[in-house]
Amino acid sequence: MNIQYIAITGSILLLFFVLHLIRKKSLKEEYSLLWLFFCFVFLVFSIWRDGLDYFAQLIGIAYAPAALFFIFLLAILMILIEFSIIISKLSDKSKNLAQEIGILKMEIEKLKKQTRNP
Amino acid sequence: MNDTLIIIPAYNEAENIDSLVQKLKHADGSWDILVINDGSTDNTSKLAKASGKAVVIDLPFNLGIGGCVQTGFKYAKLYNYEYALQFDGDGQHKIEEINKLLNIVKNKEADVAIGSRFVQKHGGYKSTSPRRLGIKIFEITSYLMIRQKITDNTSGFRAYNKKTINFLSENYPTDFPEPEIVIMLGKNKFKIKEIFTQMQERQGGVSSISLAQSPYYMIKVLLAMFMASIRAKQIESEIDTN
Repeated sequence: MNIQYIAITGSILLLFFVLHLIRKKSLKEEYSLLWLFFCFVFLVFSIWRDGLDYFAQLIGIAYAPAALFFIFLLAILMILIEFSIIISKLSDKSKNLAQEIGILKMEIEKLKKQTRNP
Repeated sequence: MNDTLIIIPAYNEAENIDSLVQKLKHADGSWDILVINDGSTDNTSKLAKASGKAVVIDLPFNLGIGGCVQTGFKYAKLYNYEYALQFDGDGQHKIEEINKLLNIVKNKEADVAIGSRFVQKHGGYKSTSPRRLGIKIFEITSYLMIRQKITDNTSGFRAYNKKTINFLSENYPTDFPEPEIVIMLGKNKFKIKEIFTQMQERQGGVSSISLAQSPYYMIKVLLAMFMASIRAKQIESEIDTN
């Protein structure tokens, strides 16, 4: 039973931590959805032991709390993939910005020269 | 303003950049020169500007060869150039051969002209043997994907027409871009023609790919080529809207 209390406490703490980060605006809502979803899943399965047993049986895990770890790993995997997608998008955006800045700086220097000697 | 733009990506090329710009301008007055300084830590930008013969774009930080050259295509599109030619800043390419490449696109023989070291068996610098093996693998891969024999997929010595400039200003891979572009262009029905050009050993600076990095390079590029090959149709619709 011990592991069940740890799991419940852990998921509640994680849930509040994520909510706290959103409230402080350290975490944007759009990037927190996966976190919140998995906090909720952990919480449900830590409280509802029968549900966990059923799920464990379904995928062939003998020791039910181990199914929690399985969900946990799955969650981390999905969140990491989401991060990789976000990073790729960001690096593309920063590349475009750098290119625009480079071209704009050049144009400004050209304009400055033209106004100095018209 | 001329109708042809020479794009020179330059990262820490202070040793050569001035003489290169001078020679390019001296060789033929009918093209404009654009130096893109890819966040160099040396005097590349200052020396290129001091030459007074080139437009110089300073990128705020190092983007790598792909992002650097793409800036050149964006500039070429912005200023409506008809033709663009990529000329590497390290002195590996020969100035006398620029018009050989440009004439192919100007005479409408192709949308892209690639200067290749391997079309002809002899003459010029052929790179080291592990690199040649890599290049051979790219040749086979690109042949399987676009059914055209391209012997030097990694060559950065290329001339492009306006249609290609517009396409590449929107779609350009970030690092190690050359082989991937061959696939992108081939799959999107751009006409590619390869001709023999000599290559010299680099005059200064270091290669962007060391031997230790080369397995990573090969895998990354092969994956990118494969993805470009299956992605092709998606981009096709974007060309029509352009």
